[in-house]
Amino acid sequence: MKKPLLYTTFLILVLFYACEKDDEKVIPTPVPPPPISSSPTPAPLTIPTIFAQTLPPPLIPSNNPQTVEGVALGRKLFYDPILSGNGTQACASCHAPANAFVDTNRFSTGIDFLQGNRNAMPIFNIAWNFTDKYFWDGRALGVEGQAFGPVVNPIEMHNTWVNAVSSLQSHPTYPSLFNAAFGTTTIDSVLVTKAIAQFERTLISANSKFDRFLLGLEALTPQEASGFNLFMDQQGGDCFHCHGSGGNPLWTDNMFHNNGLDATFTDLGLGAITSNSADNGKFKTPSLRNLVFTPPYMHDGRFQTIDEVIDHYSTGVVMSSTIDPMMEYATQGGVQLTPSEKADLKAFLLSLTDNDFVVNPAFQAP
Amino acid sequence: MKSITKITLAILVFALVSPILTSCSNDKGCTDPVALNFDKKADKDDGSCIYPTPTPPQTSNQSSVTLQFDHQFNGASVTSANFNTIQYTNAFGNQLSISKLRYLISNVKFHRGHPHHDVVSTTGYKLIDLTVPGSTIFQINEPMSKGEYEGISFTIGFIAADNISNFYTDLNAATWNWPAMLGGGYHYMQLEGQFINSSSATVNYAFHYGTAREITATNDTIFHPNFGTADLSNTAFQFTADAAEVHLFVNIDEWFKNPNTWDLNQFSTALMPNFQAQTMMQQNAASVFVLDHVHN
Repeated sequence: MKKPLLYTTFLILVLFYACEKDDEKVIPTPVPPPPISSSPTPAPLTIPTIFAQTLPPPLIPSNNPQTVEGVALGRKLFYDPILSGNGTQACASCHAPANAFVDTNRFSTGIDFLQGNRNAMPIFNIAWNFTDKYFWDGRALGVEGQAFGPVVNPIEMHNTWVNAVSSLQSHPTYPSLFNAAFGTTTIDSVLVTKAIAQFERTLISANSKFDRFLLGLEALTPQEASGFNLFMDQQGGDCFHCHGSGGNPLWTDNMFHNNGLDATFTDLGLGAITSNSADNGKFKTPSLRNLVFTPPYMHDGRFQTIDEVIDHYSTGVVMSSTIDPMMEYATQGGVQLTPSEKADLKAFLLSLTDNDFVVNPAFQAP
Repeated sequence: MKSITKITLAILVFALVSPILTSCSNDKGCTDPVALNFDKKADKDDGSCIYPTPTPPQTSNQSSVTLQFDHQFNGASVTSANFNTIQYTNAFGNQLSISKLRYLISNVKFHRGHPHHDVVSTTGYKLIDLTVPGSTIFQINEPMSKGEYEGISFTIGFIAADNISNFYTDLNAATWNWPAMLGGGYHYMQLEGQFINSSSATVNYAFHYGTAREITATNDTIFHPNFGTADLSNTAFQFTADAAEVHLFVNIDEWFKNPNTWDLNQFSTALMPNFQAQTMMQQNAASVFVLDHVHN
């Protein structure tokens, strides 16, 4: 008798309690998941003072933030011939740090000993390429988009992405490196290009003599100063409309122009990509920074020396249907510099050389 | 005895528990979640709900304003789709094409009408580039009070105080800088294309406008700010909507027309250091912009 009564009393108390507490249910706060040990470490770009003063922030895609592990993986991939069809060429084969990440051949030679018709392009300051278009003809969008091309180009690394990814997947260390960088051991071409792009965005060059001059740290020689004046003078070299200025120390507008090389076009350049005949013969403006390391010059590498380039703009310009209106002296064949003006202009151009960039230990083969 | 006790106990338990259960699930109160005194515990409405007195929807007394630029040449609409074809004739008779049109607008002012008759200044600037989608729309930073306006005015380029060399990172990235030897700061406009010259050859023109450098007879160098002014302060309109669009016509032909009839044979390239050309551009700028309508 006693026990059931006790039980009943308890039951009643429980019911009371449950009723009163009905709308005070405590929703448990979700406990944050413990940090994953393999979570990559953010590694934001170090922005040089001269760029911070003059340019917008670098372009970093939100789906590919810079990380320590991603940059390290990209660096390893950049220097590893595993990405090529027969394991003989890496990105660095044609984009060597000693030459500001390009080679000095007119046309680079691929794994099958084939050559194209364009000069390879150097790699630096690409996070400030605000048009975000790559190659001489602008056919690739984004650094990641660019990196898809050479691996499978028959005249370059001539691989397939299926094969490249399979080689990486069966490699003893790459799966764990991808896990560290991207949180997955399943490798695909998107992650490969993301890692390479992260490394390439770290290739920042901003310590030339002229950069230091702009920061007030170093003086120009009278000849360099005279050359810079010619560069900025529409009655001199008239270079600044396409090649930047003290306000745009990238020394390129990252746009596409016909600079009067040919009267007719064997290579349509941008026009072949846009199918707009008004774009025929237009090619991306290359940066003048580090040009001492990057001969030959022009999209087809036709000029071996800086002097030949200056001669072109001085007296070698030819008219064509799409010649840029900013080639203001085109009808006279160019800007007609005197020999001493050419020497001054060249002295200025050489002040854009960043000797630290080409030996930066962080950029060399890992 | 045992079974009777069990039945009695069961009845007793039920008798004790059932009022608790019913009282728990039969709370009376306001059951309408919209009501101010909504009672979550109540499951039977007792008619006690109190409702907020309806208020009219909130109306703002301010308009978010955009300037929208529609380009034309002798009345024909011009977009980048019309570029690169020689199809326009300027006041002098030069036949020409357009391959680039970029210009800078700043210092927008709204001239208030009745009863205020004051001028509302705004901040910000806009680099308009016909090849950049969306760049013909200039969102004004500051909201404008609704009401009557007598008109609008703005600067083509920068006034001297704003024309600071290498200061604007987005304009630097657009390679919009004006050389220091010509006074520095930024371009105000770049209009480029081709024209048929007096020898019937198709050649380029580059109508670049900015600070004007004058070199005097005594070899002094004087920099004239040379910015253009669009004074549309006598074109009344109203802002009535929360988002208002000021539609402006940009009559490109006026750059070549009024007051200086422009012959591209004489002024086509290397115009930046050309003081006469820069002065004429500044004069011709005044009639380029026309207020079409305000859309509320």
